[in-house]
Amino acid sequence: MAEPFLIGEAMTGGYGPVDILHSCTIAVEKGEIAVIVGPNGAGKSTAMKAVFGMLNLRQGAVRLGGEDITKLSPQARVRKGMGFVPQTSNIFTSMTVEENLEMGAFIRSDDTIAQTMEQVYDLFPILREKRHQPAGQLSGGQRQQVAVGRALMTQPRVLMLDEPTAGVSPIVMDELFDRIIEIARTGISILMVEQNARQALEIADKGYVLVQGSNRFTDTGKALLADPEVRKSFLGG
Amino acid sequence: MDILNALTAFANFILVPGLAYGSQLALGALGVTLVFGVLRFSNFAHGDTMAFGTAFVIMFTWWFQSMGISFGPLPTALLALPFGIAVTAAFVLGTDRVVYRFYRQQKAKPIILVIVSTGVMFVMNGLVRILIGTSERNFADGERMLLNPQDWKAWTGLAEPLAIKTTAVVSIVVAVLSVALLFWFLQKTRTGKSMRAYSDNEDLALLSGINPDKVVAVTWVLAAALATICGTLYGLDKSFRITVYFGLLMPIFAAAIVGGLGSPLGAIVGGFVIAFSELIITSAWKKIGSYLLPDSWLGDGLYQALSTDYKVAVSFAILIIVLLFKPTGIYGAK
Amino acid sequence: MTRYRNLWLFAGVALLFVATGAMLSWNLSLQILNLALLSAIMAVGVNIQWGYAGLFSTGVVGSVALGGLAVVLVSGKPVPAGWEAGGPRVLSALLFAALAVALAVWLYRKLQAGPKRSLALVLFGVIAFFIYRGLLDPAVMAIEANNPSQAGHIGGLGLNSLLAWPFGALLAAGAAWLIGKVALGLRADYLAIATLGIAEIIIAVMRNEDWLDRGVKNLIDIPRPWPVPKEVDLQASPAFLDPMLAMGLDPVTGSSIFVKLIYAGLFGIVLVALIWLTERALNSPWGRTIRAIRDNEISAAAMGKDVKFRHLQIFIIGSAVVGLAGAMMTSMDGQLTPPSYLPLRFTFLIWVMVIVGGSGNNWGAVLGGLLIGWLYLAVEFLGPQAMEYITAGLPSGPVKDHLRESAAHMRLLSLGVVLLLVLRFAPRGLIPEK
Repeated sequence: MAEPFLIGEAMTGGYGPVDILHSCTIAVEKGEIAVIVGPNGAGKSTAMKAVFGMLNLRQGAVRLGGEDITKLSPQARVRKGMGFVPQTSNIFTSMTVEENLEMGAFIRSDDTIAQTMEQVYDLFPILREKRHQPAGQLSGGQRQQVAVGRALMTQPRVLMLDEPTAGVSPIVMDELFDRIIEIARTGISILMVEQNARQALEIADKGYVLVQGSNRFTDTGKALLADPEVRKSFLGG
Repeated sequence: MDILNALTAFANFILVPGLAYGSQLALGALGVTLVFGVLRFSNFAHGDTMAFGTAFVIMFTWWFQSMGISFGPLPTALLALPFGIAVTAAFVLGTDRVVYRFYRQQKAKPIILVIVSTGVMFVMNGLVRILIGTSERNFADGERMLLNPQDWKAWTGLAEPLAIKTTAVVSIVVAVLSVALLFWFLQKTRTGKSMRAYSDNEDLALLSGINPDKVVAVTWVLAAALATICGTLYGLDKSFRITVYFGLLMPIFAAAIVGGLGSPLGAIVGGFVIAFSELIITSAWKKIGSYLLPDSWLGDGLYQALSTDYKVAVSFAILIIVLLFKPTGIYGAK
Repeated sequence: MTRYRNLWLFAGVALLFVATGAMLSWNLSLQILNLALLSAIMAVGVNIQWGYAGLFSTGVVGSVALGGLAVVLVSGKPVPAGWEAGGPRVLSALLFAALAVALAVWLYRKLQAGPKRSLALVLFGVIAFFIYRGLLDPAVMAIEANNPSQAGHIGGLGLNSLLAWPFGALLAAGAAWLIGKVALGLRADYLAIATLGIAEIIIAVMRNEDWLDRGVKNLIDIPRPWPVPKEVDLQASPAFLDPMLAMGLDPVTGSSIFVKLIYAGLFGIVLVALIWLTERALNSPWGRTIRAIRDNEISAAAMGKDVKFRHLQIFIIGSAVVGLAGAMMTSMDGQLTPPSYLPLRFTFLIWVMVIVGGSGNNWGAVLGGLLIGWLYLAVEFLGPQAMEYITAGLPSGPVKDHLRESAAHMRLLSLGVVLLLVLRFAPRGLIPEK
């Protein structure tokens, strides 16, 4: 089998002297959705940040489309086609929705930015309506849409989402997941960390269950949902 | 008729000086607030940056005057302004390179940068003293009065003459133009928007590929330009003296905090709030009152709430009220 | 090893003073030493604020000035005519002001929040202010009308100058309490800005309120503190003259040196006592709490420490120490000259002392005070002479004048450069915190 499109392989490292990740592997295929789940403190967000280069790896490597990007800074990875939506502070609150999207496209110099923006507005119609409002005045779900939209503006090949549904209502969550599926269908790989494990695994092509910074279970989303042990320990029965 | 005379007196003592002084403070506070928004510290060297810029404008003005160049009825200093800004911007960028950049890379606490800025303040203060001395400098030339009091009397037949100094109007016009340009830059250009984005959310700005070095450099250039313009306008309107410019720090900081540190719009509102409060509280209202009330009611008081020696107390009191009740200021977000 | 290093540092500074004395004049050396000792006490006060708690105040000069004011009020010569003209009325005006502020605070708490309350309080404030002015102004006019060329103020209590020292500390502490209440607990920058303002106001009051301290007309002839004799009395006293003559010394110079030595002794005692106290405090549970807060405010707060209260405490104590030194200085000078309270000299210079000496270390603050004090003052006395010497070969003209003038300004520049260099390359100072 060929190597996945994006892979963080056997990653070991942490923020300080203590390792949080222990030989943890996360990968996602082109146009697929991969979800990282696990209990609190399992290193889910850390694993994602490691893939994005926000953490120094002692061992392991990150490759995108076969190219080794382990040594690149997060900014450089953005230029390589990785989009990242942080969990908090993921929008420019004092700027309008449209300006947020423009800032997302900051590194692009081509003249199709307006086109991409239209695509984002088609994906999230409410944003078109509120394009001239400061993003900080929007509701929680709308803010997340702005955040995802901003990341899409770079025309990434991989979109990484850190708990995109944290703090939004179940209805908004379903809506957001629908959009994420839609994004994946356009050929963008999705890697996301989720607290709402069951719902996330339902839409996942691939699921990673992390415990204490290591891979515990790795399988398709469906298989994990069907696995009695996973259900018992991580999905609440 | 008496009401018109009183209004004229009000314009003379409060309205026109307040608009001019408010414009100057607004420009000063804008510089402080931009540096705060992007570099996240209160720049104590701002007053001396103003003095530094003004000193160069004065020297260029002298040079132009010696060559016989003038700006007609307007002060020659306006012609010298771009040159003063260029020198100041270069100096401030150099300061950032040898002083501030190190602490930025260390991610030092803001208070360390505040202390460092007092060091820079010393250096600039010393340089200005060596360059131009400590005595008072008057460098306003051109037409002194835009509206001659005699003309006003002749036109209107009012007892109270309205006098409008050219420098007051120059202050207001230049400030309006500068602010319009600045807001156009911040709202409409890519670099300006990236500056706002960086000030709003540094991490996300970095993720979006915004170059922090460029944002910081642009911020310093803008701060230097605003400081030089503010200092020059103040110097034209009153006079230039290095110690006075250090004293301007307090009203400027107060203006920036009243509006909300980091908010450009707030800085402008704050500038006018401070300027008018200062004038209303430290002006003698007797002249204005004398048109409205019989002399016998007024007695011999000046109707001045505070002597002008306590100007600083006004900005301080406003600062304290803001810190007590709304530390984020009028337009402050966080 | 570091123990010896510190001893060497102090020995080096001592050598500077000895060299000044031996090569130039002992009088000058002692004069610099006394001012340097006072600066060292101020540095200890600032170090309490910065080193212990990370508080940056730009209003050190305000505390120094309040200390000076305390001396004028406590030990200045009484002016009975001035006091009778309006003293009680001034007091009642001040009392009224205090009551009005208290009432405003009470109203603020009592009334319901909203625009009505704001309006009512503003109205109350304006009315109270004019009543206050109505009370104060006639009294001020009466006091200032009394013998304006020599008095024109309410006069002091005529008590011993030593008593004024703790009062100076108290005044500075009071001002610090007010400002700390407002500005602490917010961004650290706000304290720096607010203290800048309060210091400017304190100095404006001292310059302009002639009834209080004669303002810019200066107040001279403040009695010496208890053990210090006057030079003229010494020169007239055989008990002093005989040994002087026996040693073959000039009695005029001798008396001046003798007086300075007594001051140096007094200041030294205060300094040592302060260091002993602060060191004890720093190593007590209280000191550990304070340092824990400084090193990690968030976790200290999470552990239930009242960060704001501790900061207020520290800020008040530090300001009081500076106020004490301010009082000592005025009492040594024997006069109050409000225009001499320059922020550059009494705020930023002290900061340079603390940072060069070593933030967080009392001995560092003392060393910085003595070293920078010597440098600054020696340059003040010697700089113009040196420039005179350097420019001696130049023909007189604008260039020479400009260079001679610049000598004084070079000091500011070098002070700034020293501060920046130390912050950058030796941020822990000469004697780092243990």
